[in-house]
Amino acid sequence: MATTAAPAGGAQNGAGPEWGGFEENIQGGGSAVIDMENMDDTSGSSFEDMGELHQRLREEEVDADAAAAEEEDGEFLGMKGFKGQLSRQVADQMWQAGKRQASRAFSLYANIDILRPYFDVEPAQVRSRLLESMIPIKMVNFPQKIAGELYGPLMLVFTLVAILLHGMKTSDTIIREGTLMGTAIGTCFGYWLGVSSFIYFLAYLCNAQITMLQMLALLGYGLFGHCIVLFITYNIHLHALFYLFWLLVGGLSTMRMVAVLVSRTVGPTQRLLLCGTLAALHMLFLLYLHFAYHKVVEGILDTLEGPNIPPIQRVPRDIPAMLPAARLPTTMLNATAKAIAVTLQSH
Amino acid sequence: MAEAEESPGDPGTASPRPLMRDLKAVGKKFMHVLYPRKSNTLLRDWDLWGPLILCVTLALMLQRDSADSEKDGGPQFAEVFVIVWFGAVTITLNSKLLGGNISFFQSLCVLGYCILPLTVAMLICRLVLLAGPGPINFMVRLFVVIVMFAWSIVASTAFLADSQPPNRRALAVYPVFLFYFVISWMILTFTPQ
Repeated sequence: MATTAAPAGGAQNGAGPEWGGFEENIQGGGSAVIDMENMDDTSGSSFEDMGELHQRLREEEVDADAAAAEEEDGEFLGMKGFKGQLSRQVADQMWQAGKRQASRAFSLYANIDILRPYFDVEPAQVRSRLLESMIPIKMVNFPQKIAGELYGPLMLVFTLVAILLHGMKTSDTIIREGTLMGTAIGTCFGYWLGVSSFIYFLAYLCNAQITMLQMLALLGYGLFGHCIVLFITYNIHLHALFYLFWLLVGGLSTMRMVAVLVSRTVGPTQRLLLCGTLAALHMLFLLYLHFAYHKVVEGILDTLEGPNIPPIQRVPRDIPAMLPAARLPTTMLNATAKAIAVTLQSH
Repeated sequence: MAEAEESPGDPGTASPRPLMRDLKAVGKKFMHVLYPRKSNTLLRDWDLWGPLILCVTLALMLQRDSADSEKDGGPQFAEVFVIVWFGAVTITLNSKLLGGNISFFQSLCVLGYCILPLTVAMLICRLVLLAGPGPINFMVRLFVVIVMFAWSIVASTAFLADSQPPNRRALAVYPVFLFYFVISWMILTFTPQ
């Protein structure tokens, strides 16, 4: 299509240069630019084709008009005709130039190829890195290798968001200003990006050898433990179980991150500062996630007004840790199923 | 390709024929999603009308009846919209970064159209909820949502799998799984006041 259109629009009104962008893309070969124009070979939507066709027809029309207008202007309208033709040409040239600039700027900023090397992973690698994130390594004498990839951490953050949403829904958390989804995404991404940046800043102060990408990857994989703990404890509401998992699983993933950081830092004070901060933040975050989004709804309802709150929401979600063995099976029920049982009884 | 005189950009013609053609195209794609086969229809002639219709329908059905809906955390209209479209954009970026050779809008089109089974599940859930709450009610809804969730994933995988390098298919399918899981969860936990 480019070869037939170019000579048609080439000489008359500067439509040639607009296809120059097409050639740039060809040379770029295999680049993953988000292409909003008609330059993509694989998309063949009829709407795009119609748009192209229409544009070509319009160009040809304009060419024909321009040719006819020139003749007429020359014969009947004199100077006024020429001025009109000139202004049309200038406007057209400006439009073409502006369009070229915009598309170049867009392809520069929307070029996601910058991120491509960080997503170059195989499923086996992701699996092994997930398992390794739970195994602290003893050797701290030489810097341990951190894989600088973003696929695993990003997927883990999204998984945490999904698990958090599940937990908030089953405990009927009420968010007054905002939405459940917004809160979940904000919390998880805020933690990942914010704490990574903070620890990177501390690492810069303590002269640790770690880059921002490695810190993001390390903390991201550290969220694997959080995902496991929350997934289990949002469904089985036992405080003792949660504390056990918090120490065990949370502790393991924290120790792994701490060991990696210690291996990359010199000096006892610096090691203490860096690793103490990271350990505290990581463990406290897990604690926060469990208790903030899993709280007793009755306490909230006391402060809310309104008699039209349905009884389904008055079921306590928090089960005390000490329970006689006979009542243990009932506590293992999912909160939703329990609430439904209560509703059944009340009907 | 379509005839030149039916150009949709032409301001003069207000005839219903382009509309019927577009509706037929959308309907054909719905059929392809309901009976997923390895075909190129969704990819070749992508359009975003189907996803828009489905998204609006789903968002409208997820609204609650009571006026004070901001107190119980149910999804707002804009929230559903944002979840669907930003989720689809994220999955598309992810699959492009993993080395897939699919266009941006083709991927959006496929993911949007594969919400159709979940929209059907929402319809069924709303009808079932008219019968009143209860454990059987919940079981029926759970079963329907799980079946439609699986259907969505199978349909989108059938269309998207070929565009990924074969050893990375699992990496590209996992975010799709999360995406439809979130939507299914919103549908399952919907209770009208």
